Amino acid sequence: MSFPWAKQYTPANGLTKFLDEKLPLPRLVYNAVGAGYPVPRNLSYFWNFGVLAGFFLVLQIVTGVILAMHYAANAQVAFATTEHIMRDVNWGWMMRYAHANGASFFFIVVYIHIFRGLFYSSYKAPREMIWLLGVVIFLLMMATAFMGYVLPWGQMSFWGAKVITGLFGAIPLVGEPIQIWLLGGFAPDNAALNRFFSLHFLLPFVIAGVVILHIWALHIPGSSNPTGVEVKSESDTLPFHPYYTAKDGFGLGVALLFFFALVFFLPNALGHPDNYIQANPLSTPAHIVPEWYFWPFYAILRAFTMDFILPAKLWGVLGMFSAILCWFFLPWLDKSPVRSGHYRPLFRKFFWFGLIPTMAVLFWCGGAPAEEPYVMLSQIATAYYFLHFLVILPIVSQIEKPEPLPYSITEAVLGSDKKAVLGENTEPAV
Amino acid sequence: MADTAATANPDSVAENEDGYRRRDFINIAAVSAAGVGGAAVLLPLISQMAPSKDVLAESTTEVDVSAIEPGQAIKAVFRKQPLFVRRLTPQEIAAADAVDPSSLRDPQTLEERTKEGHTDMLVTMGVCTHLGCVPLGAAEGEVRGEFGGYFCPCHGSHYDTAARIRKGPAPSNLLVPEYEFTSDTTILVG
Repeated sequence: MSFPWAKQYTPANGLTKFLDEKLPLPRLVYNAVGAGYPVPRNLSYFWNFGVLAGFFLVLQIVTGVILAMHYAANAQVAFATTEHIMRDVNWGWMMRYAHANGASFFFIVVYIHIFRGLFYSSYKAPREMIWLLGVVIFLLMMATAFMGYVLPWGQMSFWGAKVITGLFGAIPLVGEPIQIWLLGGFAPDNAALNRFFSLHFLLPFVIAGVVILHIWALHIPGSSNPTGVEVKSESDTLPFHPYYTAKDGFGLGVALLFFFALVFFLPNALGHPDNYIQANPLSTPAHIVPEWYFWPFYAILRAFTMDFILPAKLWGVLGMFSAILCWFFLPWLDKSPVRSGHYRPLFRKFFWFGLIPTMAVLFWCGGAPAEEPYVMLSQIATAYYFLHFLVILPIVSQIEKPEPLPYSITEAVLGSDKKAVLGENTEPAV
Repeated sequence: MADTAATANPDSVAENEDGYRRRDFINIAAVSAAGVGGAAVLLPLISQMAPSKDVLAESTTEVDVSAIEPGQAIKAVFRKQPLFVRRLTPQEIAAADAVDPSSLRDPQTLEERTKEGHTDMLVTMGVCTHLGCVPLGAAEGEVRGEFGGYFCPCHGSHYDTAARIRKGPAPSNLLVPEYEFTSDTTILVG
């Protein structure tokens, strides 16, 4: 589906005419990311991050397939082949550093993408399905990233695998058999390493599949925009190409500057030195922490310290998973008819002074050792986190008096919709 | 499509006398920069598949040839492939020299295939030039073919005492790798 004024694809030459009849792939591209996709004209740079996430997914698949050409998933040699990649393989060091930091950047852009969605309520009707698929992608990303971190078979790899699979041991009665089944043994070893490698190779392609569904679902209502007012007329939109291909291209250039600054100058800044020590099942590192992108959820996991009916460990696991699963209900928890946080004074306050500081505290505590004051801070932050989504958001959406919305996107941009209608001071009719 | 947008924009449509628009310059500059950048990215993506440094480090092999008696041959490994080193008997040398090189499929004399002063030491790859099988004849008791050199059992190529192709489908003589005598009893291959 698209707006009636969307530009129509016309095959330019014999080859594209032939293709258009047999396999209309150029038409699909034209309508998806070409001039045939009308996009609100007022998108800010926050709308770059979907394309950036797509770019980093492709980067991870390309560098990952290359690393798999030189890596061996065997506990005897996995660490050695990782060093072989770093020292012997032509450009291997660059492939591995790009892959390791690419994972971090994938999470950075996806977190910004999610926060864009939260602030502008992108999850609201008619875009619930896009949001739900996005949460699925995020869960798949977490699983993929976790298993990928195990592959170098360093100390953090090994103990990370042990701790995370140990979470399943918290389940009453069946927990321990499940953990043993997941690992294919009593501790991480060859069996676990092999299956993690197999799944780490598979899941990115599953992610790519869900991304296609995510974009498909997006193209039915069309992109949201910073006002949250739906597109009304042609003057509200611009063709994706060249306007947003150019804007996304610029955003990509900026993102790559940061990315390569890290790859070339601080390649291990986001990693842990302990992972350059080969896995040793008999010696645990002094301070086990997951990769930075799991810190907020790791903080929630450790915030539960009291046995209450169920053991504390199980509460932690439930809390950590619910922290993400509750996002699935967001479209129905936040009932406000107004989407954009710009027109919701009360929501805005809770977003900037409630949710954002809470996430910052969780992030900070997740990377810190499990001692006071970090434990108490994560407990307070965890409580607010769930309060925000499950209580504050539904109540705010009931009692809040939104600020007046602009009549249209054009009016928000130009001050008056009449100008657009009369064709004054507007973008060219394309 | 970029052009349509540009043409509709009154600022960028302005052509100068030569018929060029300012937008053309930025388009060409952007596409060129992206093209050069893309090509530069291809280099590591392609180069990573080439032999890595540990493989290249194994690319020379030292072989001790002192224990080979005339008429005997040994198999060594050079770049993960078999290497035949054979000390020829005077009869074998005579048999090789008796052949008119111009009558051969791959004309070469024994002198051209050995090092000066060591014409009795024949160093070749043990890889048939047809489809890469390992010919017989280097180990004790193996069939040496109709010409007393090597015989490839896969498709029946016969090599003579100078390891030259004499009969069968192989297109050329067994390859003589680059090597040198580092002493009278040692060769360095590669």
